[in-house]
Amino acid sequence: MDDPRALLQVRDLTAQFNRDGVPSRVVNGISFDIAPGEAVGFVGESGCGKSVTARAIMRLAPEGSSVAWGGRILFRGRDLLRIEEREMRDMRGRRIAMVFQDPMTSLNPVMTVGAQIDDMLCRHAGLSRRAARRRTVELLGLVGIRDPALRADDHPHQFSGGMRQRVLIAIAVSCQPDLLIADEPTTALDVTVQAQILRLLMRLGRELGMALMLITHDFGVIAGMVERVYVMHGGDIVESGEVDALFAGPQHPYTRALLAAVPRIETAGRTT
Amino acid sequence: MSAPGPLLRVRDLCVTFPARRGRPPVRAVDHVSFDIEPGQTLGLVGESGSGKTTTGRAILQLQPASGGSVRLLGQELTAMRRADLRAMRRHMQFVLQNPYSSLHPRMTVAQILAEPLTVHRSVPRERIPERVAELMTLVGMDPKVVHRYPHEFSGGQRQRVVIARALAVNPDFVVCDEPVSALDVRTQAQIVDLLHSLQEKLRLSYLFIAHDLAIVRAVAHRVAVMYGGRLVELGDAARVYDSPAHPYTRNLLDAVPIPDPARQRAKLAEAAPEPQFRGRDGETGPCVFGEDHAASGTPAWHEVAPGHGVSCRFWPPGACPGQELPRI
Ligand SMILES: Nc1ncnc2c1ncn2[C@@H]1O[C@H](COP(=O)(O)OP(=O)(O)OP(=O)(O)O)[C@@H](O)[C@H]1O
Ligand SMILES: Nc1ncnc2c1ncn2[C@@H]1O[C@H](COP(=O)(O)OP(=O)(O)OP(=O)(O)O)[C@@H](O)[C@H]1O
Ligand SMILES: [Mg+2]
Ligand SMILES: [Mg+2]
Repeated sequence: MDDPRALLQVRDLTAQFNRDGVPSRVVNGISFDIAPGEAVGFVGESGCGKSVTARAIMRLAPEGSSVAWGGRILFRGRDLLRIEEREMRDMRGRRIAMVFQDPMTSLNPVMTVGAQIDDMLCRHAGLSRRAARRRTVELLGLVGIRDPALRADDHPHQFSGGMRQRVLIAIAVSCQPDLLIADEPTTALDVTVQAQILRLLMRLGRELGMALMLITHDFGVIAGMVERVYVMHGGDIVESGEVDALFAGPQHPYTRALLAAVPRIETAGRTT
Repeated sequence: MSAPGPLLRVRDLCVTFPARRGRPPVRAVDHVSFDIEPGQTLGLVGESGSGKTTTGRAILQLQPASGGSVRLLGQELTAMRRADLRAMRRHMQFVLQNPYSSLHPRMTVAQILAEPLTVHRSVPRERIPERVAELMTLVGMDPKVVHRYPHEFSGGQRQRVVIARALAVNPDFVVCDEPVSALDVRTQAQIVDLLHSLQEKLRLSYLFIAHDLAIVRAVAHRVAVMYGGRLVELGDAARVYDSPAHPYTRNLLDAVPIPDPARQRAKLAEAAPEPQFRGRDGETGPCVFGEDHAASGTPAWHEVAPGHGVSCRFWPPGACPGQELPRI
């Protein structure tokens, strides 16, 4: 069971909230692995526990709630649910980074976009202010922000929804983490910019060995990006497998139902 | 309050964000014009940062326009007094792009949904709980969870609360900004069905902003494509999807991800096509349609078929409308 190749091994993970004074379990003991440099996808219906699972790896409870986690999350052999907060803080951002589902809540509204990336680079990559700004402008350019040097001085509310989402991606990859957790990272992007971001993430995987845990409702995105897929339903993993096999022959009825519901654009000859 | 003509008429709408130190003002929306008929949906697609949300906000008067006109139900909104505008708000609602930050964190879902009902006095006070439960059911959620706070919900559940809030007061016109992007494909289909059935029952009209072109095709009667603050193409959905006339529209349609691993991987492995645009502002001489707009003072807009218009700006070099365009 302890594959030495694994970067991340999650074993019997549970998550429980206290709702109306009654404990309610939303993740029911799931196990999965991610190898170094591997891209793994998570799909499943709204509310099935994908974000709660992702946050458990970051050991971050949703804002304003307390959550009880159980099981083990081994990252390079260290159990993230049991290490000291200090060690965990060091992991976040530098070793494991996350793009959260809601971009606005994870950006600081009173700080310029550039300063937020600069901070990250100074703190985790040990860059000087000046070097950090150079890198920040480069990163904003990489995620397709036009006039990055100028726009670095904007505040988040001056960015469009998709631009904010790209800022989060820039922040997350800024310190070249070993594992990037991306929770619906491209929902606010048009398909051309989305393709640009997906290519960037693939390149980071190839060139820096960054592993990717990709949560998305978009089966087109899953299809091109990941090697393996986990399908979640009601707090359980109900199916997992190689992406080609899963698309070709989904086993679980829920997976079949999901794939059957994928909206298709009938523009024969156009999308090829 | 019915009026002849379109439900919504937008003409030469402009939004400019003021200049700041060392940089020029940003024209986020640049002479945008379109109509929406009662019971119709206009899909608005385009590049991230092209001005879609700002257009929606300016129509609803949540963002001052720097020029142009917006008429809803025959009434000019841009010059309306605050009190009149407040009364108009019952007719027009917004489903915001960002579900979490648009929900008040210290209000329960029941309070969130009751608020517009109280403000617009659309149902008697004692009927409010009933209407709240009805709205929850409408968006596929269990009415039993109404006493919870927004943070206790998943991303997709919050998005449905936002949709329920917009529908609470039975509006005539709703701007839906990425209303289903946080939802799984099955819930998406359910919300799309809901929007359809409300449209049929109540003759609702939507401005439907989305990046998912398959969804837009499923919901929109007409589609507008935005690039750099302008509309570059506008026409019936089938025409725009099957015979796109503007190179940016083609880029967009070509980039739609395919839910097939081998094909999608191959597609991502190809280099991204760079849009090659010309026909920038201030350019003189004839456009690709042979018309000199600077000389004639006409807008840089051409009908390629009835109801299907395209901008002659940003055509790739050498391309001729009506002819097969080179792949870019
Ligand atoms: N802070 C919280 N307090 C109580 N319950 C919560 C909290 N956060 C999430 N939940 C519940 O936990 C379950 C899983 O939520 P999660 O956010 O992981 O779903 P998800 O799979 O990410 O869904 P989506 O695709 O809609 O984002 C949901 O039923 C949700 O209502
Ligand atoms: N309050 C503001 N101040 C300054 N500039 C702004 C402001 N709001 C938006 N902008 C700019 O206006 C342009 C259009 O933004 P808008 O949010 O309308 O884009 P969008 O088409 O909705 O993009 P997305 O698909 O990414 O949501 C962007 O360049 C954005 O940075
Ligand atoms: Mg989620
Ligand atoms: Mg937007």
